[in-house]
Amino acid sequence: MELSKFLVMRSELSLLAVVLILLIAEIFSSKSNRNAIINLATGLFLLHTILGFLPSVEGQLFGGMYQHTGLSEMMKSVLNIGVLILFMQSSGWLKQESNKGKVTEFFMLTLSTLIGMYFMISAGDFLMLYLGLELATIPLAALVAYNLKEMKSIEAGAKFILLAALSSGIMLFGISLIYGSSGSIYYADVIGHMNMNILQIVALTFFLSGLAFKISLVPFHFWTADVYEGAPTNVAAYLSVISKGAASFVLVTLLFTVFKELFDAWEVLLYAMAVLTMTVGNLFALRQQNMQRFLAFSSIAQAGFILLGIISGTHYGMSTVIYFVLVYIFSNLGAFGVVAIVLNASGKINMDDYKGFYQTNPRLSLVMLLSLFSLAGIPPIAGFFGKFFLFAAAAEQGYYWLVIIAVLNTIISLYYYLLVVKSIFLERSDNPIALIKSDFLTKTSIALCVIGVLAAGVFSQVFDWVDLYSWGM
Amino acid sequence: MDRLSLLIWIPVATMLLIGMFKDPKKVRLIAAGGMAVQLIQILFLLFAFFAERNAGNTSEMLFVTDVVWYKSLNIHYAVGIDGVSVALILLTGIIIFTGIFASWEIEDRTQEFFITLILLATGVFGFFISLDLFTMFMFYELAVIPMYLLIGIWGSGPKEYSAMKLTLMLMGASALLLVGVLGIYFNSAPDGGELTFNFIEISKINIPEAAQYFFFPLTFVGFGVLAAMYPFHTWSPDGHASAPTAVSMLHAGVLMKLGGYGALRIAVMLMPEAAQGMAWFFIILATIGSVYGALGAVAQKDLKYINAYSSVSHLGLILFAALMFNQVAFEGAVLQMISHGLITALFFALIGMIYSRTHTRNIYEMGGLMKVMPILGVAYMVAGFASLGLPGFSAFVAEMTIFVGAFQNDDLFIRVATILVISSIVITAVYILRAAAIMLFGQIKNKEFELLPDARWYDKVAVFILIAVIAGMGMFPGWLADMIYNDLTPMFSRIITN
Repeated sequence: MELSKFLVMRSELSLLAVVLILLIAEIFSSKSNRNAIINLATGLFLLHTILGFLPSVEGQLFGGMYQHTGLSEMMKSVLNIGVLILFMQSSGWLKQESNKGKVTEFFMLTLSTLIGMYFMISAGDFLMLYLGLELATIPLAALVAYNLKEMKSIEAGAKFILLAALSSGIMLFGISLIYGSSGSIYYADVIGHMNMNILQIVALTFFLSGLAFKISLVPFHFWTADVYEGAPTNVAAYLSVISKGAASFVLVTLLFTVFKELFDAWEVLLYAMAVLTMTVGNLFALRQQNMQRFLAFSSIAQAGFILLGIISGTHYGMSTVIYFVLVYIFSNLGAFGVVAIVLNASGKINMDDYKGFYQTNPRLSLVMLLSLFSLAGIPPIAGFFGKFFLFAAAAEQGYYWLVIIAVLNTIISLYYYLLVVKSIFLERSDNPIALIKSDFLTKTSIALCVIGVLAAGVFSQVFDWVDLYSWGM
Repeated sequence: MDRLSLLIWIPVATMLLIGMFKDPKKVRLIAAGGMAVQLIQILFLLFAFFAERNAGNTSEMLFVTDVVWYKSLNIHYAVGIDGVSVALILLTGIIIFTGIFASWEIEDRTQEFFITLILLATGVFGFFISLDLFTMFMFYELAVIPMYLLIGIWGSGPKEYSAMKLTLMLMGASALLLVGVLGIYFNSAPDGGELTFNFIEISKINIPEAAQYFFFPLTFVGFGVLAAMYPFHTWSPDGHASAPTAVSMLHAGVLMKLGGYGALRIAVMLMPEAAQGMAWFFIILATIGSVYGALGAVAQKDLKYINAYSSVSHLGLILFAALMFNQVAFEGAVLQMISHGLITALFFALIGMIYSRTHTRNIYEMGGLMKVMPILGVAYMVAGFASLGLPGFSAFVAEMTIFVGAFQNDDLFIRVATILVISSIVITAVYILRAAAIMLFGQIKNKEFELLPDARWYDKVAVFILIAVIAGMGMFPGWLADMIYNDLTPMFSRIITN
């Protein structure tokens, strides 16, 4: 094979280069000089993100195990944007004394999982997909347990790795059944052998459960709240946007291609999961006090909405799923960003602690307001467009009852988002959280989130960009 | 930039300008200045509109701008006005302008208050100029959500409860509406061809009847909740009672009309078959609403609650008229939107002014206020007479038109309903006169009230403008009524021929 053909894997290679440079930098840096690592990692990743937007060649490698298309490049770019914002957001937290000895590890572990997600997206067979999934999961457990001195963090890490192992085991079983019924693990070969026999439906169910775990769809969501609560805030944000986004991308592409013939089967599964996920996520979010748990349940509910786009099976549906994830990255990272800033500065994480937050921190309050309104789907913020388009995709195929259930769920979600708004804006407190000053990178990341939620809806070019690469069943 | 988009950009510019100043005095002046410019621009628009019509331009919508926004769903930024929407835009312009003066005394977070208030008005302006259901829906939600902050932060009484209740009920309604809008969109090309959100285009085609019967109730209820349709009116009394003055004015005066406008123009006009088939059910609800609202007002002793229930009653009339399938009644519905908007805004402005002096809204704790504050007292009496339909004021014109139109229906059920609805007008006289008598006349019950000041200059600006317009519309209704009637003709004729 020609060496130049490896350039098809451009994004993976450049990400690998970033990891290696960081590894070398780690050797040459002293313990007191951690800020440089943060800036270096962010800078390199920025370059990598820009590289992703340059024109690339489509193609495949290793006999079809690895596929590179415009769609996969675009999905990777969406994830890159999220990770870039997240890296900047983490700078304040990483500079803390307790993280002194393990700054590089944060970046290397995160980037390793990102490589895993790249391979999941670009996989051309189930083996590659499985390898990518594992690579995207195992380092995450280490990240969740990043606060080594905190019981909660360790417990969350253990919970995550155990449940992840279980779900990937089930998924592997599903893959083996697919191999058994079709005689191949290559997507291209499997498609022709799909014919709705019972074995394949069981295989599909098992396979879906593995991805559903990553997206935290009900009933595979039990780990979510505990892990999000125990994990460091920025890692929880990573789990809730990047990890979830990547798994959604894989789900939509696989269901639209490999499992196309099994539509009647996965339609039912997705319908049920969508209803359950939205409802359960929302109902549990109602009573949460801890902001990280709160956002965990809210992110479960949001995942339910994504299924509405997938179930449509259309080109438009795929566009809306990717667009929604992009918008969700901006809005959720905005919300998580504020929570992280507050937690790092004051150690406060409960909704009641936010009483009177607007009196002292008007700017952060407005960011929180915009992010929550975007999550709730209030115009003219991007979240409104994301939700409207998802609902339109489902309605186009006649799933009106599903849309009605979904819109009623948005009202429940509006209630609990307004509870936070109420704490911040309506209530007054005698000793609110003091004025918080953040460093440059954190401010930039928050600004990017705000620009994202304000611009992604009003400027239709963002949607058109996503729409350009999507396709339907 | 086209002149209709200016209706959005002027408020946006005002908000940005307010954002640059912290000083309450400057903020107020900027807000008043911005809305004055807006009002002048609306008057010019009105003249331009008449000039076009007089020049023989008979196209349904004038000053149309149509730009593709999201091409995959064929969403356009399409704006245009006809006689109906320009009348409501004028109403909005007057009420937001006077509302600024009615909230002159707000000292707490002044900057944020005026930004949020103008944001609400921006949503309303956007709604009335939209020809595209998507942007219309977007502006609808944009107009509703600032209410939460306005009531929750600057309100009084159980404000957090009221704000949450109002927001959730209205957003719940908009959720149903979203399904309705999607349903209309995906049925907008039954013979193939391109789907569209443009309601003028949609009104020219026939949506399949099965779809109509599914989506009409969703759409009508979606808009109806905002128009305080019984039994979904419960947000309205609580919300109005807790809201600060200008917000009550804007909300009862304009925002509730979004519901009436949408119910008439979108639900009924686009899905006439289902509307006719299901009219009996919604006529019953509207009749109950108007009588129940009036009776509810009789039982209240808080001024704001009286007026809020009165709004439920008068909005019931609008929904009632919207289901009559009679062009005169439709005209009456639009006239009633404008008339009630002006009168209720005047009422809420006066109640706010009285409350800021007496610090009570309970009519039994007041008395003899006419001696203390004659200007406000007389203005209150004028508002009362206008509201109970005294000839010479706007409500008489509007209600008369509705009843004349409704009674033309040669159907026993509708005639009985009409008579019941008319009876609510009688009850209106009871609660208006009762409240005025207890509050304004008789002995001064509280010695402290003797020292209360009368209207200040900014109060007078608000009150006099509103009274002048109400009386003007009552005495010279011709141009407005003709404009609305003529511009309802194209849509109405399509309903009848289909």
